[in-house]
Amino acid sequence: MEFIRFCVDGVKEIFRGGKLYWSWMGLLTVVALIGASAYLQQFQQGLVVTGMSDQVSWGIYIASFTSLVGIAAAAIMLIIPAYIFHDMDIKEIVIPAEGLAIAACVMSMMFVLIDLGRPDRMWHLLPFIGRFNFPKSMLAWDVLVLNVYLFLTVIISVYLLFSKYKGKEPKFSIYFPLVILSIISALSIHTVTAFLFSSNVARSFWHTGLLAPRFIASAFSAGPAFFLLTVLVMRYTKVFPVKDIAIKRLTMIITIALEINLFLLLAEVFTEFYHQTEHSASAAYLFFGLGGKTALVPWIWSSVFLNISALVIFVLPLKKNTIFLTLACLFLVVGVWIEKGMGLVVPGFIPTPLGEVYEYSPTFIEAQISMGVWAIGLMLYTILAKISIAVNLERIRLD
Amino acid sequence: MSEKNNPVKTVEAPENSDVSRRELFKKTAIAGTIAAAGAASTTIAASNAEPGGFSDALDEFFQKHYQEMSKKEMKKTLARLERKAKVKHGKQIQISNTPPIEGVLFGYALNISKCKGYRKCVDACVEENNQNRDTKIQYIRVLELENESMNFEEADHYYNHETVPHTGKKYFPIQCQQCENPPCVTACPVEATWKEADGITVIDYNWCIGCRYCAAACPYWARKFNWSEPSIPEEEINPETHYLSNRPRMRGVMEKCTFCLQRTRKGKLPACLEACPTGARVFGNILDPKSEIRYVLENKKVFRLKEELKTEPKFWYYSD
Repeated sequence: MEFIRFCVDGVKEIFRGGKLYWSWMGLLTVVALIGASAYLQQFQQGLVVTGMSDQVSWGIYIASFTSLVGIAAAAIMLIIPAYIFHDMDIKEIVIPAEGLAIAACVMSMMFVLIDLGRPDRMWHLLPFIGRFNFPKSMLAWDVLVLNVYLFLTVIISVYLLFSKYKGKEPKFSIYFPLVILSIISALSIHTVTAFLFSSNVARSFWHTGLLAPRFIASAFSAGPAFFLLTVLVMRYTKVFPVKDIAIKRLTMIITIALEINLFLLLAEVFTEFYHQTEHSASAAYLFFGLGGKTALVPWIWSSVFLNISALVIFVLPLKKNTIFLTLACLFLVVGVWIEKGMGLVVPGFIPTPLGEVYEYSPTFIEAQISMGVWAIGLMLYTILAKISIAVNLERIRLD
Repeated sequence: MSEKNNPVKTVEAPENSDVSRRELFKKTAIAGTIAAAGAASTTIAASNAEPGGFSDALDEFFQKHYQEMSKKEMKKTLARLERKAKVKHGKQIQISNTPPIEGVLFGYALNISKCKGYRKCVDACVEENNQNRDTKIQYIRVLELENESMNFEEADHYYNHETVPHTGKKYFPIQCQQCENPPCVTACPVEATWKEADGITVIDYNWCIGCRYCAAACPYWARKFNWSEPSIPEEEINPETHYLSNRPRMRGVMEKCTFCLQRTRKGKLPACLEACPTGARVFGNILDPKSEIRYVLENKKVFRLKEELKTEPKFWYYSD
């Protein structure tokens, strides 16, 4: 009974909001609808409407999927201090962070779904009913860990919110084992996603043991940066009074992860370029172009520029200025998105295993569909954050 | 060469009520999942447009994995697929289901000093295997290399001279290498692709979900995707087809070279071999000590592509 009231109150909260809230949700709905109509076109005509080809058979969808898995995993950078080290300042903002993890998880799954040539055959992936190539296929692993992580994150968030709603302290014996499991599965989702690429002997650009550590490091900087961006917005719009100390903590986490990520990237770049072999062709194409073909060069150098600018702001006292901090977060999110996407997924295919340099750039339809997925994800995050803030501020509670 | 056989499991399902109840449960569970995902409406909307009516569309949707169909189900499926091809392409075709021949492991060898780059193999392959003419799917790619070079990155994939061979160049055709240890099979999340007992890696086009992970995994760039609905002029359709090979495909699924198993399982030679004007290609059963392919393997200085990857191709190159 109490739980039903909690759900009803939660749903009611979604429909409560000011002009700013409704115009934000309205905007997202419009973008989502544009994406849906673009997807309908892709559904009817096939993936030929995208910029992908037999040469570059994964594009911006799988690139976005890869980055979003990182953002989903990054919630544990708040869960660990909050629930393992009982950091009260982080605890206040941890549930909106779980909301972001849920939204990012859903988005990453949607990006895989829209990338499928036969989405109508999704059921072939179901264990027992379909034929799930587990444990051999890394993609099967990825489907599994993503679902487990999403499930755990939903359970934990609902339990913590419901306890707060009832005005009770969450029981350690219930949430602690779940939190431990979710930490393990968060690390798994991004590790397995890295293995998805690094396990391919056919693509030397991905075939490196550094890939998984790089994925984790970049996720733990870009994920909290994305979250910090939204926290700054919440503070600016006065929907959630976040304390300075929480922002400071987040900034520290981001800075350390960013430094590690750039170090790992540097190590990779050194190994690729010191003695250029045939296996460095993808890296050469990415950074400088091959045979006069240079489509990815502006992408990767903007990523380098954005990452370094973010680093400069984060290590200097500049970060105490909200405008600079917002900029740094923005730089970092976009920089890592490019590095993991257009800078990692796409160049893995160029040149092809037969040495052909064939370029890829997303079509307008692909961009529209991707924006649509982002709009749906942001809508979900907005709703989840709104409910968790309302419960946190005791605007909705069981009386 | 490992002789690990991977027998085709065409399991005969016993026809008792327990099984059919389980079937029903399975179908209900699937239907429930789809409804939950909110995909039901799109599926039905899409299936209405399918040739062959609603019931055929439903059967196609629930079609089992190739290796799980009983003989009866397989017969029904083949008839339905033939019906569908008739409506779509306006031509009666035969879809056979010839199993691998026992004691046969197919192997291919190619004499690169004989290949002159005519690309007759490429055209013959497209005609034989009913590839999509719109997106110009080709299973064989002939690379033009400098005589002294083996660096593929310097190869010309789209050479276009008045006449071939061009002075100072050599030609290097590449197609599926039918690995004994195929990375594409490991990659597939739904087991839609596997290695048959005769060593040929095949795809169940009705089971593939189109994720293209196999294409990322293949070191020989052998896997091609149907980016659009395949279209072939009616008069160009080859009506002699096999379920696992050259039957008409649909959009959104992978396809690849099968060493023309629709021909080779009946004792014929692959279309690319027959088309080759210089006799550069040798095909046969590598388990047969008297075969020509065995002669080549034993007496020529053969090599395989990217051997360091341990994929164990059953495609050899040599030169005289």
